[in-house]
Amino acid sequence: MRYLKAEDIQKALTQAICQISYESDPKAVERMRTAHEQSNHELERDVLGAILENNELAAIDNIPLCQDTGCTVIIAEMGRELVIEGATLQEIADRAAAEAQGKCPLRASISYDPLFRRKNSGNNSPAIVHIRQVEGKRLKLKIAQKGGGAENMSFLMMLSPATPLEKIKEQIVQRIVESGSRACPPLVVGIGIGGNFERCALLAKEALFEELGRKHPDEHYAALEQEILSMINKCGKGAQGMGGGLTALAVHVLHEACHIASLPIAVNLQCHAHRHVDIEL
Amino acid sequence: MQVHELRLPLRAEDIRKLKEGDKVLLSGIIYTARDQAHKKLIELIEKGVDLPFKLRETAIFYCGPSPKAEGKVCGAIGPTTSSRMDGLTLPLLQQGLKVIIGKGERSAECERQIREHGAVYLTAIGGISAVLARTIVSCETYLWEELGAEAVYRMELDRLPCYVGIVGD
Repeated sequence: MRYLKAEDIQKALTQAICQISYESDPKAVERMRTAHEQSNHELERDVLGAILENNELAAIDNIPLCQDTGCTVIIAEMGRELVIEGATLQEIADRAAAEAQGKCPLRASISYDPLFRRKNSGNNSPAIVHIRQVEGKRLKLKIAQKGGGAENMSFLMMLSPATPLEKIKEQIVQRIVESGSRACPPLVVGIGIGGNFERCALLAKEALFEELGRKHPDEHYAALEQEILSMINKCGKGAQGMGGGLTALAVHVLHEACHIASLPIAVNLQCHAHRHVDIEL
Repeated sequence: MQVHELRLPLRAEDIRKLKEGDKVLLSGIIYTARDQAHKKLIELIEKGVDLPFKLRETAIFYCGPSPKAEGKVCGAIGPTTSSRMDGLTLPLLQQGLKVIIGKGERSAECERQIREHGAVYLTAIGGISAVLARTIVSCETYLWEELGAEAVYRMELDRLPCYVGIVGD
């Protein structure tokens, strides 16, 4: 067995949360830089130029990329021969979210009660933690600071397995295009297909952590990703919905087995401030 | 794309010369208000209490800043999704509000209300907090500090970049 101390995990997590709050995924930035150089659309160039400038200034001026510094989301892969000493992973994540909130500082954006009280927890706890058990002794943490705007425009559909592929693509693209500027495009689009009701949502979230623009190993899904990306970018909504050809930076699909009666599809949107990192302890 | 440098309070003729898609560099004193602050402002209006600032002379910015780091003028600044305030906008327009800053599309109803009141809706870019922070001269909590990011903050702007989304006739 391998033993890891709760304090050591918390320290690494806090550091990661602070780091991503000031630094967007470099591949996302690179895509926007290329589009900025190639665009002939005046407003799109203006908007992309401001986003690129922001990515440079955030680190220099020590100002988070976005005022919505997000909710901490962690997808953990935990080796079955690993023991965490001193606290549960949920407790560790909550402490790290709170520590980072005070230290950076980040905006307190978590409401303690979702419906009746809407009272701010004041320190960004609790975090959202998903744990998957894997072989071995390692602890891998996929960490994101997820903003509310793009999360609010995300959606889930329980389709009939007989739905034609063209219809599926159209429905996905239509919902994304309708979200306009609210999800803060250019977007990264995470699509979870299969599993069941809750599982496809988790797959969609996890798809956002994939290396930006990676090719899906299955040729059918790879083609689907490319087609959806191309359809979204033909809509003309553009960066921040101000027009142009760059509404989405990438589309990532993750899929899983599902019930013969079901075709669950979830789409999780990520704004252009793509704040995530993987760490391994 | 035409660029206008404007200072609050705006005159009717300042607003009339704006076209949708124009860029505005906005200066002057503004107040932030999100969902919770809107509800509280509307409660005051309904009670007939004078608001502590003149809506006609300022702008409402749909923004919940992040806390300031030590020695900074402000934290992270940026617009939140405006559509959440669609149903809460009319009472403020009726009190004279002329300038709104936010992000994204408005409902058809809200768009009509903004036009009818000769107001202008400006959209700022989301997720460019460090760029916007450089245009903030001061930022202080003004009302309802207990609401945290949802409190009303008073800000002085120096050429905050935004774009004309909806403009009244």
